[in-house]
Amino acid sequence: MTKELLLKVENVGIQFGGLKAVQNVNIFLNQGELVGLIGPNGAGKTTTFNMLTGVYQPTEGSVIFNGHNIKGLQPYKVTSMGISRTFQNIRLFKDMTVLDNVKVANHRLAKHNIISSILRLPSHFKGEAEMEKQSIEFLKIFGLDIYQNDLAKNLPYGMQRRLEIARALAAKPKLLLLDEPAAGMNPQETQDLMELIAFIRKEFDLTILLIEHDMHLVMGICERIYVLDHGQLIADGNPEEIRNNPKVIEAYLGEEVVEDVKS
Amino acid sequence: MKKSKAFLSYSILALVIYAAVQVMISSGMIDAYYQNMLVTMCINIMLAVSLHIVIGITGQFSIGHAGFMAVGAYFSAIATMKFGLPFPVAILIGAVVAGLAGLLVGVPSLRLKGDYLAIATLGFAEIIRIVFVNVEFVGGAAGMVVNQMSNWTYAYVGVILTILVIANFTNSRHGRGCISIREDEIAADAMGINTTYYKVVAFTIGSAFAGVAGAIYAHNFFIIQPTTFGFLKSFDILILVVLGGLGSLSGSVIAAVFLTFVTTYLANFPETRMIIYSLVLIIVMLYRPTGLLGTKEITSVFKFGKRGGSSA
Repeated sequence: MTKELLLKVENVGIQFGGLKAVQNVNIFLNQGELVGLIGPNGAGKTTTFNMLTGVYQPTEGSVIFNGHNIKGLQPYKVTSMGISRTFQNIRLFKDMTVLDNVKVANHRLAKHNIISSILRLPSHFKGEAEMEKQSIEFLKIFGLDIYQNDLAKNLPYGMQRRLEIARALAAKPKLLLLDEPAAGMNPQETQDLMELIAFIRKEFDLTILLIEHDMHLVMGICERIYVLDHGQLIADGNPEEIRNNPKVIEAYLGEEVVEDVKS
Repeated sequence: MKKSKAFLSYSILALVIYAAVQVMISSGMIDAYYQNMLVTMCINIMLAVSLHIVIGITGQFSIGHAGFMAVGAYFSAIATMKFGLPFPVAILIGAVVAGLAGLLVGVPSLRLKGDYLAIATLGFAEIIRIVFVNVEFVGGAAGMVVNQMSNWTYAYVGVILTILVIANFTNSRHGRGCISIREDEIAADAMGINTTYYKVVAFTIGSAFAGVAGAIYAHNFFIIQPTTFGFLKSFDILILVVLGGLGSLSGSVIAAVFLTFVTTYLANFPETRMIIYSLVLIIVMLYRPTGLLGTKEITSVFKFGKRGGSSA
């Protein structure tokens, strides 16, 4: 079983002033994998995401994606390389329609330029029609097409989460980063989300890296898990290994618990 | 199909307005005083719509718009008065130079956000004004004498062009990119929108049309002085955009028309003029805090009515 290496993060770290928020993080992702990134609050998970997507510039280490060094690239360029993400606190374009939200992500795939749009040349109409067609297809996959003309802010919470994933996928990524996709969801919604993630992975041939606190979800769908604590990786392995790793239990529950379990 | 039909009806509406006013002017129903008001109204509409693309669409809070108007005014005046070029060419020169000035100012300052950008643009506009004060070639502080060349036709064509270009830009993938920056810059960036590029593009287009407005303004009042383009002028334009509703093109137009009427009629009461003007603004903002139209366009208000009718 030889899988192609898609993302290789080597010794990445970031320093804010004197504070080393994250250091010596090594992560690799093979084509088609579904990997989890977990850790207690403040461990640096979202910071790691921000470094992968160019929101923060890592102060050390390298990020190789699909054979290209993407460290130091601006976020929109990282997206054009094929990495797309969702956000922990939903960041939809609230006052735009559901359809327009998806169209924005589709932007980078369209070709018509500003002049053609201002003069309403045929290439503008062709390009816009293509965008509309593709965006509606995405909405249909996610069952959001019935909301297409509603403003994003008026969607129910669960649907907003779905829309954010749909929007991230409309940028046609190879690697999808999900930042706490199940935050604030009830067990039924989380279950639906797990099915959705499994479905899109197959449908779009995606590699997925997700941050999540819901252990049921993480243990249920991730093939491998990285554990981050105080800005450093403390463990990685399959869900079974992570579940029994004393370091992980210690990070989550404290040292005493580990000793109690042992005795 | 549907879109071209809407376009046709808008074109007919635009022509009807033009023809009606033109007939009234040539038959003497509208005298010179109101003719002047109409040109001022057109200038205000152009200024409001050109600032709308920067603040309402892209969400970049610029309060230096009068500076670009000044660039358009002075460079078009130089073109006609010093080089004897025809007026339409002068308008074009004013627009291009103002657009370039917008590009020059926009590239460094659009890295700033919110209040900082507002202060930076205000500063740049003042710099532009001070430059004109100190250049003897354009008359310095005393101002520059300009022949009257603007008329209703030029002003109206300017308005139509401004609205057409900015509406077309907004209703395309590029406009959506700009709106997404207004909504959430980080998310827009993460979705592959080159935010710096689109901010600068919007700023440049806005500046260019402020230049058109400036060119028509310069050739309407016989004299242009740097003091006219101070920061109070910038605030006047800002008021139009906020009053109309941030993000609404038709709102900006309506606000410009409305406030031009208000100021024209208040000219009869010079003592209480500013008090009444301020009261009007306060009352509107109290009852319509999001502006006259909010983020909606007037067309969508009508469409909503239609949809309700058909489902009933």
